[in-house]
Amino acid sequence: MARVLLQVPATARRGEVIEIRALIQHPMETGFRPDASGVVAPRDIIRRFACTWDGETVFSAELHPAIAANPYLSFTALATASGTLEFAWTGDNGFAQTETRRVTVAE
Amino acid sequence: MRRAAALLLLLVAAPARAEERRSGFADMAPATRAMQQDDMANPGMLWVLEGGALWQRPAGAAARSCADCHGDAAASMRGVAARYPAMDPGEGRAVDLAGRIALCQARHQGAEPAPRESQAALALAAYVAHQSRGMPIAPPADAGMDAVRAEGQALYRARRGQLDLSCAQCHDDNAGRRLAGSVIPQGHPTGYPLYRLEWQALGSLQRRLRGCMTGVRAAPPAYGAADLIAIEAYLMARAAGMPLETPAVRP
Amino acid sequence: MASRRAVLAATPGLLAVALARPAGASPEAMRQAMREFLGPDAPVPRPGRVRLELPPLVENGNAVPLSVSVESPMTATDRVRSIAVFTERNPLPGVIIAQLGPRAGAARFATRIRLATSQQIVAVAVMGDGSVWSDSAQVVVTLAACVES
Ligand code: HEC
Ligand code: HEC
Repeated sequence: MARVLLQVPATARRGEVIEIRALIQHPMETGFRPDASGVVAPRDIIRRFACTWDGETVFSAELHPAIAANPYLSFTALATASGTLEFAWTGDNGFAQTETRRVTVAE
Repeated sequence: MRRAAALLLLLVAAPARAEERRSGFADMAPATRAMQQDDMANPGMLWVLEGGALWQRPAGAAARSCADCHGDAAASMRGVAARYPAMDPGEGRAVDLAGRIALCQARHQGAEPAPRESQAALALAAYVAHQSRGMPIAPPADAGMDAVRAEGQALYRARRGQLDLSCAQCHDDNAGRRLAGSVIPQGHPTGYPLYRLEWQALGSLQRRLRGCMTGVRAAPPAYGAADLIAIEAYLMARAAGMPLETPAVRP
Repeated sequence: MASRRAVLAATPGLLAVALARPAGASPEAMRQAMREFLGPDAPVPRPGRVRLELPPLVENGNAVPLSVSVESPMTATDRVRSIAVFTERNPLPGVIIAQLGPRAGAARFATRIRLATSQQIVAVAVMGDGSVWSDSAQVVVTLAACVES
């Protein structure tokens, strides 16, 4: 399993726009890079990231080889009601990882 | 050799030089500095996180974890990375932090040590060294280490490779000047293991040193070689008092 | 002084190693990728409302911080649908295509991208009303010297 660093506030006020940051360990091998012996390493990237709040899409992205190794993403979410944020990364060679964080929304 | 050791003592004993020394951090562009300073943006923290998990995991014939013997790393490992390389009495030779951890895996866990530069070895070293972040580099006062450091200093001054250049010619005589677009840093070992953008991964000080040797078209010694540990020891003495940055970021 | 000359003499050799990277795509390939993203009926992107930020100069193209923000109230009816980023001289022009849901709250995100060389980067935002806006930025990439072979 790849290591993940997530920054999600545990609490928010209703209507607040919260900042979310996500960092995941992955080489994002481009498929263009020759190794020392000149052999090009096959592509191995995370192709998709999605963040949902109780199942509803907040932010999703299609990633290309131009995304740096150990992909970093920050984006925002609108806090409307307490719920569970789910973060999912999927990619080449069956890569799939999911993390969840609970956010409590106060009046 | 003895003269080199005396020179080295002078270097270590002259704190006035500390102001003139600058970490490679200071030579970096603002965006790269920001990446290092923000733990949520610093990819090196992923290896620290992994090292923290390995610290807790029982391994080897003894089925013991690092934590079983050393407890909370925040207390037991604080300041440890700042004084490596150091003599290992059992082996009768200098070992760097990665070597020290490998000895624990072999001796105390009864495990096959993670190979140098493997993800597991880098993660554990990063986790241990991270406990000393912000602490001044403090090479041990030890006669055996004096000899190792003197050897390291001689290697640092020796010209090598097809380009016939010594480390000192770049990192002492030409530090601050540009070489093919990048600033030549003073070459301080303050941030290791560190995340290098060029590697797109975490790497050790030995990887960095081997890279500089390849750069002058010299055949680098194998990982773990005594020569590399001697250079590491000299660089740590040369950087004595400078704060550790692990996991640093470098271009 | 002699050593200084020797060090500078070392430069071309090191540089040759550093430059051994794949050749880039073209501005035409970028426009083509943009047309594919927008679809045949989309209007030509207009400059404005989008703010694309990258450092003007980076030491290494392997992880260049990028952020995009778009002026939008981000209500259920009036919001940014998607934002895409393209490069002119990477092996492939596409970088990222982000979709924003009604729960995004604001139209901004940040990531880190690879740049094979100095070039122009373009961000395009598609609004709920179908209008298309864009911004571009130029980044100079200097390369590391001691590249391992
Ligand atoms: C069975 C107990 C035991 C286990 C398990 C163990 N160690 Fe140790 N460790 C020691 C002892 C004892 C020493 C002192 C040196 C020696 O005798 O080898 C030591 C020394 C060290 C040191 C040097 C400390 C200093 O102050 O110089 C480090 C670093 C270290 N261990 C890291 C680790 C790591 C990382 C692991 C897990 C991979 C680990 N150890 C597992 C017993 C253990
Ligand atoms: C031709 C000039 C040159 C020579 C010779 C050279 N280096 Fe370097 N070194 C550099 C440059 C330039 C960098 C900065 C990294 C880069 O951009 O490649 C560097 C980086 C380093 C770093 C990393 C510093 C940091 O902030 O992490 C260390 C340590 C280092 N060198 C040590 C050495 C040692 C030891 C030797 C001799 C074995 C040596 N170098 C030989 C040019 C040189």
